[in-house]
Amino acid sequence: MASIWLIPFFPLASAVLLLLSTGRMPRQFAALLGAGSVGLAAVCVALLARAFLADQEVREVTLWTWMTVGNFTPRIAFYIDGLTVVMMSVITGVGFLIHLYSIEFMWEDESICRYFAYMNLFVAAMLLLVMADNLLLLYLGWEGVGLCSYLLVGFWYRDPNNGKAARKAFVVTRIGDTAMALGLMLLFTELGTLDIQPLLAAANSQWQTGDTLPILATALLLGGAVGKSAQLPLHTWLPDAMAGPTPVSALIHAATMVTAGVYLIARTFGLFLLAPPTQEAVAWIGLLTLLLAAFAALAQHDIKRILAYSTISQIGYMFLALGVSAFASGIFHLVTHAFFKALLFLAAGTVIHCLHHEHNIFRMGGLRTRLPVVFWSFLIGSAALAALPFTSGFYSKDAILLSAWEVPGIGPWLWAGGLLGALLTGIYSFRLVFIVFFGEAHHEPERQPGWKMALPLVLLCALALAGGLLVLPLAGVFPHTGHHQPNHLVEYISIGTPLLGLLIAYLLFLGRQVSIDTLVESPGGSALRDFWLGGWRIDPLYDALWVRPYTALAHWWRKEPLDGVYNGVVTVVQWAHHKLIATQTGELRWYATTMVFGLVLLVAIMLRNAA
Amino acid sequence: MGGLQIPMEHVLTLAGLLFSCGLLGLMLRRNIIFMLMSLEVMLNAAALAFVAAGAKWGQADGQIIFLLILSVAAAEVAVGLGLVLQIQRRFKTLDMDQARRLRG
Repeated sequence: MASIWLIPFFPLASAVLLLLSTGRMPRQFAALLGAGSVGLAAVCVALLARAFLADQEVREVTLWTWMTVGNFTPRIAFYIDGLTVVMMSVITGVGFLIHLYSIEFMWEDESICRYFAYMNLFVAAMLLLVMADNLLLLYLGWEGVGLCSYLLVGFWYRDPNNGKAARKAFVVTRIGDTAMALGLMLLFTELGTLDIQPLLAAANSQWQTGDTLPILATALLLGGAVGKSAQLPLHTWLPDAMAGPTPVSALIHAATMVTAGVYLIARTFGLFLLAPPTQEAVAWIGLLTLLLAAFAALAQHDIKRILAYSTISQIGYMFLALGVSAFASGIFHLVTHAFFKALLFLAAGTVIHCLHHEHNIFRMGGLRTRLPVVFWSFLIGSAALAALPFTSGFYSKDAILLSAWEVPGIGPWLWAGGLLGALLTGIYSFRLVFIVFFGEAHHEPERQPGWKMALPLVLLCALALAGGLLVLPLAGVFPHTGHHQPNHLVEYISIGTPLLGLLIAYLLFLGRQVSIDTLVESPGGSALRDFWLGGWRIDPLYDALWVRPYTALAHWWRKEPLDGVYNGVVTVVQWAHHKLIATQTGELRWYATTMVFGLVLLVAIMLRNAA
Repeated sequence: MGGLQIPMEHVLTLAGLLFSCGLLGLMLRRNIIFMLMSLEVMLNAAALAFVAAGAKWGQADGQIIFLLILSVAAAEVAVGLGLVLQIQRRFKTLDMDQARRLRG
């Protein structure tokens, strides 16, 4: 299929058109263009996926050579294998549903043109990221999605807090991006290419397992992945990134962009297999992040922040899977997570939309009968998130936990940690459901969602329920892990844990058999709650450790002596300028006369020298 | 050749005189139209010197440069007169001592 380039082209062209219209396009047309271009891309991807499933053939398309510098010739080229097809389907499929939803959600916003322009640009960049056949092109998409994330988090820029959140998201991910850029440079100087497949082959032939170089290179790549996927220690930007519109959170900060780090590691898994210490670090980072974020999610009261922490936590599961070489399970969880987390965010967005921008879950309540579509969406999404049996999240999370269990040595520890995370996931997700949709109502919804909002919810419900039955075409991509001597006890425990979490949530928040209030009001309890509410106080910690010393240093360094030289030059020039300004009289005859005398003087000097 | 020969020195003296006239006019007149005319006189003085020099050495270059100066002068007049119109509209005067808003 030669028209693969059309897939990123549609959203890109639409973004350019929308940007050039500078907001003067009628909103009907902007919405049609914005959602339609992604829909067209989704159709193209569906055709491509059908062709791929039929012949299982890797497709390589070279458009042109990007640049030629010495022996460095990166191309604009796409590499389409099973992993790419899976990612593209998620991006365009879920992306289209979110765009459709956005039409209704953003209809009353005056900047709907700008919104769709950024969203389309994001989809184009994300497609570029997953389709790239070399790491430099991947990096272009990587930075592109970072830019769009920045633009969309700060979409409602009139509130300075949103701008602050956008800057934080940009700067924190930038730290990871810098590490990744260094990693790319290291890979290029050592292996002489950035094309992914030749690179992996060269690494396999030149490096031994456990050498220093692959460990260093993968550690740097991991830095980029950690920043983009909001893992410890660079996870602090994601909860604040909820300042953007809710469909943005669904698309960028749940379904696609934050999983780019997972994709990067899965794409370069050959390198990570050469560096067992880094891979073990991936697993531990994933485990720590998933636990830390799950605890933090327990104490939040902003509906979107709960979902943000749960996203961090679920991506932790994906990292855990990558760390224990269960790449296919990690990608499977990525896909199911994209379904149910997009569903949860969109449902949360509908609640926020219908309750007039209410974010606090304690001021909601009783919405079960008032917003039935949203209630069922949320229930299904939460069930999948908590991995209740036979939902999509169950299949993917179960596979990860089983793979963790089978790792020799540290395996049971990782498994136990993941299990604790699953328990917490059950508690916080059903805490959300019980508080928002049961109990007595505090607010009457002022409107009902229309079909453009309801349809994506219903479709995503179906995907969140049945997504576990999908068979992803990843067999040719990742090495086959020798599976599995079934351990029934382990399986039963994995199945039972989320149910236990659901039961605890029921006792605490709905049945009220156990009073959560006395627990929270005890001194230790309230301190713990505040500690988790603040996200383990990591923001103040980074503030004290990095931000304040850095700004202090910058302030101090402002008056450094070297600057004196340049400031002196400026002073002299300014002084001369003020003196010379006197000759600028505005009188034409004065100019002519001075020119004449100047010329006479010059001629006289020349004649004197000639003589 | 043949006919009445005008000595080179005479022509150059005339050119010099014309040029000085133009220069003095440029420096002393206040009316922008007269300043433009003075410029024309200076250009033509230079052109005259070129023609004389071309005749003296028997080369065509002098005449070619003359043509060039002619076209430059024409272009200059076109732009200059346009500016004059604008000045008249803006300042309601052609006195360049009045129009000095460009003072730094």
